[in-house]
Amino acid sequence: MDTAGLDILNQAGFWAMVALTVAGASIAIFPRNILYNVLGLALCMTAIAAIYVFLGSLFIALMQFLIYVGAICIAIVFAIMLSRPLHLEMPPRPASKVAMATAAAVLFFVAIVGVVLKTDWTPSAARVADSSLWSVEAIGRALLTRYELVFEVISLVLLVAIIGAVITAGLSRRLSS
Amino acid sequence: MSSDWFRLILGLLIALGFSQLNALFLVWLERKVAGHIQLRPGPMEVGPHGLLQTIADGVKLVGKELILPFKADRKLFFLAPVLVFTPVLVGFLVLPFGQNMIIRDMNLGVLLIFGFSTITVLAILAGGWASNNKYALLGAVRSVAQNIAYEIPLLLSVMSVVLMVNSLSFSEIVNSQKTVWFIFLQPLAGLIYLISATAETNRAPFDIPEAESELVAGFHTEYSGMGFGLFFLAEYTNMFIVCAVATSLFFGGWQGLFGINLGIPGVFWFLFKTYALIFIIMWVRWTFPRVRFDQLMNFAWKVMIPLSLVNLVITAIVLKFV
Repeated sequence: MDTAGLDILNQAGFWAMVALTVAGASIAIFPRNILYNVLGLALCMTAIAAIYVFLGSLFIALMQFLIYVGAICIAIVFAIMLSRPLHLEMPPRPASKVAMATAAAVLFFVAIVGVVLKTDWTPSAARVADSSLWSVEAIGRALLTRYELVFEVISLVLLVAIIGAVITAGLSRRLSS
Repeated sequence: MSSDWFRLILGLLIALGFSQLNALFLVWLERKVAGHIQLRPGPMEVGPHGLLQTIADGVKLVGKELILPFKADRKLFFLAPVLVFTPVLVGFLVLPFGQNMIIRDMNLGVLLIFGFSTITVLAILAGGWASNNKYALLGAVRSVAQNIAYEIPLLLSVMSVVLMVNSLSFSEIVNSQKTVWFIFLQPLAGLIYLISATAETNRAPFDIPEAESELVAGFHTEYSGMGFGLFFLAEYTNMFIVCAVATSLFFGGWQGLFGINLGIPGVFWFLFKTYALIFIIMWVRWTFPRVRFDQLMNFAWKVMIPLSLVNLVITAIVLKFV
């Protein structure tokens, strides 16, 4: 296959993944069936992982897949087990909730667009050429040197979440009984 | 570039054929092992020692009607058996059958297999929920809980091997076991891996997602014909994949014991070790009773995860100072 043909194939693959991301995200929001929502979210996250492959970082792609599809979506399934039975009639969505969710989403979208516009992008082909800069080892080194503080703050947040979960699940129940 | 694609497509076709053959053989083997453990001969009628029995069963399955249960979710019900088979095929991409017998030698192969294995859980959940049957739903929910619990010790035990090799590539992990297999250096991690892998593939004594005596057939109760066939195929192929991963990570892959090869080609060593591990898993199934659900969860969270964490920390400390 010549390079031009391959390029078209690459472009087609990329836009297919973008379409899948958007489709998955819509399935995650619009249906009133919570199981469809979580499967849509899984689809969306998988397509995002595929976009990371196009950006030339297989490691980030696999991590995205492992964490967001493998862990987060399945943790959401746990929450679904505790939710109301699906065959019951769903109450309509309250307008105030929709408005609040839209506001939060718009705020986040504006912030992301701001970051996208401010970043000085280099084509992935140019970056992949110097593979030593983008290896697993380089990511590990960056996490434990330059971004050490962010890394530690994230683990602190996770620790707080774990302690909170333990307290809500165990201690409060034990105290009330 | 095009030879790469050719290798990928050819490899996937071979993997597809191999997974069918492997499942046919494993179902026969399972029935034979079960039979002999219970002092009966197992299937004997079709072919020599019943060897062709599973082919007859397969033809029967293909011919059966696909039944859609009343008020079932049509889309998810038919999507689930297809979805359950995808991760299985991806696994074959990176498994090192021999020195050069690997479809795609990725330096992140280990991550790829474990990443995609989580799709199985989503497929089981979708199938069990879409069936609109209480047994199927209970089986699916149990499967999710069990898979979350056992994936953690599984990944932690794999991590301690990865730490020793400093690589996530299967061929590098196998190459560094030229003289000593990792099962001798990491016996605890090897044991934890095998136990968690048994649980991840929903095999007895961890088969509560499909526990016959309480849930009929668990998540695939409502599936007939090839829908059931695909779940079955995926289960046996999954068993092959976890055993093949165990062979590569802990039992030296395509290499002989202590560097002695006896002139046997690597692929035969690999297949021999993998099928020996599969035999052990079958042996366990027909020897031990099923564990209770609370015992299963307690065992994962209170024994396996702490042990694998301690093992990982000790590995890291030893590697730092030796």
